[in-house]
Amino acid sequence: MCGATRGGPSLEDIDISKEAIIQGIVVKGSEPVGNAYVRLLDATGEFTAEVPTSATGQFRFFAGPGRWTLRTMAPRVEFADRAVVAQRGSVAEVTVAA
Amino acid sequence: MSRESALVTADWVQEHLGDDTIVLVEVDEDTSAYDKGHIAGAVKLDWKEDLQDPVRRDFVDRDQFGALLSERGISNDDTVVLYGGNNNWFAAYAYWYFKLYGHDSVKLLDGGRKKWELDSRELVDEPVTREQSGYTAKDQDTSIRAFRDEVVAAIGSQNLIDVRSPDEFAGRLLAPAHLPQEQAQRGGHIPTAGNVPWSKAANDDGTFRSDAELEQLYADAGLDTGRDTIAYCRIGERSSHTWFVLHEILELPRVKNYDGSWTEYGSLIGVPVAVGDEPGTV
Repeated sequence: MCGATRGGPSLEDIDISKEAIIQGIVVKGSEPVGNAYVRLLDATGEFTAEVPTSATGQFRFFAGPGRWTLRTMAPRVEFADRAVVAQRGSVAEVTVAA
Repeated sequence: MSRESALVTADWVQEHLGDDTIVLVEVDEDTSAYDKGHIAGAVKLDWKEDLQDPVRRDFVDRDQFGALLSERGISNDDTVVLYGGNNNWFAAYAYWYFKLYGHDSVKLLDGGRKKWELDSRELVDEPVTREQSGYTAKDQDTSIRAFRDEVVAAIGSQNLIDVRSPDEFAGRLLAPAHLPQEQAQRGGHIPTAGNVPWSKAANDDGTFRSDAELEQLYADAGLDTGRDTIAYCRIGERSSHTWFVLHEILELPRVKNYDGSWTEYGSLIGVPVAVGDEPGTV
């Protein structure tokens, strides 16, 4: 989808001070991937949550503070892992290549 | 039940598209997912709007469930094949719900919507309408549904399995990490519960692990197959996934799903709560 907003979904109506947010966009080349899944694994590699990307390739997690891994799954590509750190009161914006 | 009778593969569904004795039903947490694309011929059930009483905190009753399925064009003798997002969390919940109200032939699509999408199989956005049926639901089969008092009584005497993530079990998170952190008044778990996250029963593509892997998983967690078992999570959907594994795939006879789960238990006054990574004691 051309012209999609970069970064994760809108943070309107969310009290960021209480949350440790990890969000972003999955892209293939420069195009958002709207039929991918993003999995959040904790510091031990344990599954914590998973979401499908939106039509504009975006995803969001309300994690706890600490180190996390994002695993991206999309049709016809190898699953890819990416490390990320979350802090309460801030938003970790991530662009992930599928 | 057994793996063969309770689960169907994506290939099986593909081969049976258009078979009018089979009704595909999509159930998602993201209730807009169906509208963006669904398997051809599938009807939609909204786990919240359709399956929860709008006033009381409980399920719709037997007659309401019958009216709902009649309106969706599902008959008592249809084979219902459920699938959905989130690795079939809400489809497994609907499976358990159909069993609760006594539907005979119900199956789960292994891997759900994700497996279908990762296989690049077709989704369509045409509306699906089916002719109204005259569905009659049975009384709830409470041999598969646990209520709070029996959960409290089960502490130390039955298998309690908390299927949430380790951070939710320990009380570090109150909800899955894709949802805002709210709901129960307290964090933690029911004392003596083992933590076997639902995700350990599934492969990355959402399909269930093999029988041998599943048996090993629960044996390693100390599940005593000679005792009754109650599974719970936050609102009863992930624990339906584990109930499905234990009761339908591994065929353990006495397994209940506690749909009140942590949102209820973690807000009760006077009950014991354990925090941290260990099960805790009576």
